[in-house]
Amino acid sequence: MMNMAMREKLGLALIAVALVALPFVLASAGTAWVRITNFAVLFVLLSLGLNIVVGFAGLLDLGYVAFYAVGAYVYALLASPHFGLHLPFWVILPLGAAVACLAGVILGAPTLRLRGDYLAIVTLGFGEIVRIFMNNLSAPVNLTNGPKGISRIDSFQIGPVNFAGSDTFAGLVFSGPIKYYYLLMLVLLAVIVVNRRLQDSRIGRAWVAIREDEIAAKASGINTRNIKLLAFAMGASFGGIAGGMFAAIQGFVSPESFVLNESIMVLAMVVLGGMGNIWGVIAGAMLLSFVPELLRYTVEPAQRALFGKLLVDPEVLRMLVFGAALVLTMRFRPAGLWPETRHRREMNENRA
Amino acid sequence: MALALLEALNLHVRYGGISAVKGISFAVEENEIVCLIGANGAGKTSTLKALARMIPSSGEIHYRTERIEAVPSHDLIGRGLALVPEGRGIFARLTVAENLAMGAYHRRDATGIADDVERVFALLPRLKERKAQVAGTLSGGEQQMLAIGRALMGRPKLLLLDEPSMGLAPLMVEKVFEVIRAVAAEGMTILLVEQNARLALEVCSRGYVMESGLITLADNSAALLADSRVRAAYLGE
Repeated sequence: MMNMAMREKLGLALIAVALVALPFVLASAGTAWVRITNFAVLFVLLSLGLNIVVGFAGLLDLGYVAFYAVGAYVYALLASPHFGLHLPFWVILPLGAAVACLAGVILGAPTLRLRGDYLAIVTLGFGEIVRIFMNNLSAPVNLTNGPKGISRIDSFQIGPVNFAGSDTFAGLVFSGPIKYYYLLMLVLLAVIVVNRRLQDSRIGRAWVAIREDEIAAKASGINTRNIKLLAFAMGASFGGIAGGMFAAIQGFVSPESFVLNESIMVLAMVVLGGMGNIWGVIAGAMLLSFVPELLRYTVEPAQRALFGKLLVDPEVLRMLVFGAALVLTMRFRPAGLWPETRHRREMNENRA
Repeated sequence: MALALLEALNLHVRYGGISAVKGISFAVEENEIVCLIGANGAGKTSTLKALARMIPSSGEIHYRTERIEAVPSHDLIGRGLALVPEGRGIFARLTVAENLAMGAYHRRDATGIADDVERVFALLPRLKERKAQVAGTLSGGEQQMLAIGRALMGRPKLLLLDEPSMGLAPLMVEKVFEVIRAVAAEGMTILLVEQNARLALEVCSRGYVMESGLITLADNSAALLADSRVRAAYLGE
């Protein structure tokens, strides 16, 4: 007989072993799958960041990708031949997080009085402004290189280990993506720990209170302005870190990567998984990252085998599946696949 | 005359071009229960919200030894001024116990908070039975009691109660007013805003009658209950 704590520990240990072994299993199917996993983890990071703003504090943000863009461009500008700067990543990543945090405060400060739909519209505009800035800041001073983007961005370098190439260690080949995978896992672990701590803290409780009733929150002594700003700032910082890692992994950034669609995608991950619940959000992000890739690898060969030609483009099918998934989720699990207990409670109340 | 705990002088509240409160002055002394009665739209809730600094206003608001017009709303509970908002304003998705804990958000004294939870439960035994229940599933009357209990968790000196009878069944209204009486009996100073004039005047020692943003009558409760204008307009006689 095992008690709950033991069983939980054993479960976590098994998951940890599986996650450590995963990239090698994936690599045997092709390095592309390791890359796909890395991008999925990036989306998990983004979703966890957005979850702070949307899930914890209840502020609908449709321009979240702006912070991802800020983080990515900070990294790109400071570690590429564009300016001839090549700062190490452990300097740039925190800097990118700080700049994104500042952007979060800049967005947050004037929009704090807005709620719901109005906030969504303003944040949507903010996301577009950032993207358009990136697009146009190539003249008179070439800051962002415009729509051409910034290429040949440095990959991470820790001591003699460069994340662009392969290393052999203890008979195992560590390709670039595998190294990034482990680094991403470390960052993800840190982000999860910070998220959980936040959720159970005084700040976390204040966010819930604001989400529920702002006047009552103020009457209870919560400085709603600062607490909301903090949600924006924290969410933005996580976005900035994810952006920096994206720039390094991709080696190239351009404004095209930060369109509105990306914001909506991340929001869909949060909502589908279950707003406010960290594990639900992670599941949502994983699901929406992997399903399109699976489609890409199955739909096309299947069609060719069946009809001898490609009838429906996987890209088209992707949107169809997304739409259907969201509609079905909202119909059968309105609080998300794996909701936070509080959201679930509220949904049940509304039904009763 | 003793120094007033709360005093408003020439208080104005405007929403855009519309004046909701048009320059009223009144005072609440320590240990007093005072009510502000009047019809829907007379400006009672706006007055209370202005006192709690939830909405901007002009005029002077004196509380204890200072003027609080420039004090942000979230700092008032720490100064002993607690608002129980209109429409109950509980945190529907939190449990009863979590709601009470939010009322002590500004406090850091864990043992004092635990004592106060017990005091609130002693005053409101129904809440104790339901402490693990989600507040949104409580009945309207229980939610109102929870809102009062949460305000008490801040150890206030002055309680601002906004329409505690609103939307409640008559039996529940009685129960909520019993609670208000019990809180008052412990020496709390209360400013009560109420449409139910008879109930309000029965628990209060003094009252102000508001009409279209102005105070039109001010007297002790017995006199107001006997006043022919009050009887005609607010007591349905």
